[in-house]
Amino acid sequence: MSCRSNSGAGCGRSGECECATATSDAVDNARRTFLRGAAAMTVTTLAAGVTLYGFGAEPAAARATGEKASSKVRWGLLIDASKCSDGCTACVSACQSENGWHDTGHPTTDAQWIRKLTVKDPNTGATFSLPMMCQHCAKPPCVDVCPTGASFRRADGIVLVDKHICIGCRYCMMACPYKARSFIHEPVDDQKPYAPRGRGTVESCTLCVHRVDEGRTPACVEACNDTGGGAMLFGDLNDSSSEIAKRVAAYRTTRIRDDLGTDPGVRYVNI
Amino acid sequence: MAKVSYQKLENHSPFFWGLVALNGAIILAGLGAAYVMEHRGHIISGMNNQIVWGLPHVFAVFLIVAASGALNVASVSSVFNRPEYKPYARLSGLLAITLLVGGLSVLVLDLGRPDRLIVAMTTYNFKSIFAWNIYLYIGFLAIVAAYLFAMMDRRASGTTLPGRAIGWFAFVWRLVLTTGTGSIFGWLVARQSYDAAIMAPLFIAASLLYGLAFVVLALATAGRQLRQDLVADEMLGKIRGLLVIFALAVLYFTAAQHLKSLYASEYRGAERFLLLEGAIYTGVFWVGQILVGSVLPLAILAPPIFGRSPAAITVASALFLVGGLAQMFVIIIGGQAYPLNLFPGMDVSSLFQDGQVAHYSGSLAEVLLGLSGVSIAMLLTGIASRLLPFLPRLASGQGGGRTAAA
Repeated sequence: MSCRSNSGAGCGRSGECECATATSDAVDNARRTFLRGAAAMTVTTLAAGVTLYGFGAEPAAARATGEKASSKVRWGLLIDASKCSDGCTACVSACQSENGWHDTGHPTTDAQWIRKLTVKDPNTGATFSLPMMCQHCAKPPCVDVCPTGASFRRADGIVLVDKHICIGCRYCMMACPYKARSFIHEPVDDQKPYAPRGRGTVESCTLCVHRVDEGRTPACVEACNDTGGGAMLFGDLNDSSSEIAKRVAAYRTTRIRDDLGTDPGVRYVNI
Repeated sequence: MAKVSYQKLENHSPFFWGLVALNGAIILAGLGAAYVMEHRGHIISGMNNQIVWGLPHVFAVFLIVAASGALNVASVSSVFNRPEYKPYARLSGLLAITLLVGGLSVLVLDLGRPDRLIVAMTTYNFKSIFAWNIYLYIGFLAIVAAYLFAMMDRRASGTTLPGRAIGWFAFVWRLVLTTGTGSIFGWLVARQSYDAAIMAPLFIAASLLYGLAFVVLALATAGRQLRQDLVADEMLGKIRGLLVIFALAVLYFTAAQHLKSLYASEYRGAERFLLLEGAIYTGVFWVGQILVGSVLPLAILAPPIFGRSPAAITVASALFLVGGLAQMFVIIIGGQAYPLNLFPGMDVSSLFQDGQVAHYSGSLAEVLLGLSGVSIAMLLTGIASRLLPFLPRLASGQGGGRTAAA
């Protein structure tokens, strides 16, 4: 695995990205950076006093090579359960295809970065369906308990596992309230260069960090909008002008097991 | 009190060599299991993404908890100034080290990446109770080694001050260590079967019981090899009393933990699972931990005369250890088997076993790896006792009918 960048699941946390997949875009990134800087100067000139940090925080803005993830951004998801049908697994299939994990016929040991839950009220029979994945908590228990610091939270809120220092103790799996992490029980093959996996280490949803750093949306969100019910919205929760921030501000949303104080970055409505 | 004398484990009999061969074979089998697991992955174990810690952790935590408790005899001697315990202090310190080494060996060999042990030793997240425990374990080994030196070195043992000072330090350290071990589980707020500060005192009480039981069994085994009674008659009653007090303390904290969980409706589902509906976990709790591991040995120790006999104390100690393994099994594996409560009050289902009791069936590789931890501890104890005088030598008339004449 040649990728030692910070954008993938196997990357460190300093923000120094040198992934092979990123180098081919270096020229584009430089151009984007220049244009963004020029635009920022223009805005500064025309509208002095207007906050700038939201600029470029939209999913469409890529993070340049070498540029560190910013704590001014908080990537998150908003999932509308009323648009998530019980039988639809578009998000799961897209995640498998994007990140290279799949069913090996061992359901209790297979990795499961994202799964569909069916939730039923036993008193009324009311049922709803939703996707469950790493909730990218602001105060993630997995990060707290990890003895080596392999579990870490990037400045922009994405929780990842540094595969280079994960010793496979699984304490993070004991601590995660969402059963969002998987331990790799068997040798893995057919890995994606931007999503390194390794037997004996722990992994989970990366929020498609490699796509996010390129200014794209996570694969599950894209698939849900293309072939699913359009239940998932991705964006910067800290950017008040973003669609996700507007909706979170306008509607009552729910964070699962919010009582634990983990402050998840994934919010749900209509559950 | 008369001057205490010590002896090495000598005059090797077929019994001794038999034990060496048995423990050596188990260690080799455990290492083989770890090797296969390292190369083929944890798929060969019974562990999965629901039960992430299995039988190796049951043995490892059991041994680590017992290690801190084994030191208690030495602590009673030097910290609480009870000279009658001094003959057993060296063995107590030795077992504290060997049991911990055995437990840590299993823990390390079960890692997904045991080859990264150096990473675990050099890269720390200081917010992790697990990382704290790495320091606590290494520190414990160093402190107990110094403690043994203070007890065994001719010049250092000439004065009582160094021994007492290190003894106090080791005593406080072991309390912190077991608090840390219990907190590995007690601080897991997301799981209803854990999330309890009482885990720390429960583990401390358990450590005192397991540790003393290991000391008794080690003395009985060495006594058989040496054809001597290594426990003075006057000590039999004291050991019996301590075993009873420690066992009752474990039962008390166990009862308090379960009563708290039964009272709070939030935890009642998990509690009902463990105590009533958990199949193997319910059985292991009531039969293994409570009946065989607590009530039966307490009943054996209860008769005033028979309860003080070496046979009663030895058998009761063995049963307490069986109960200890059962207790760790229920806490560690039973605690994970109950599903996470993602939506309180709702029924949850998925293709990833959400809302279901997790299935776990420990594999032979796990059993061998776990048992190898016990064998590592026992073999190291035997070798160390062969090389240095850790065992007491009773003066004539102190022991039973088999007291050494020397």
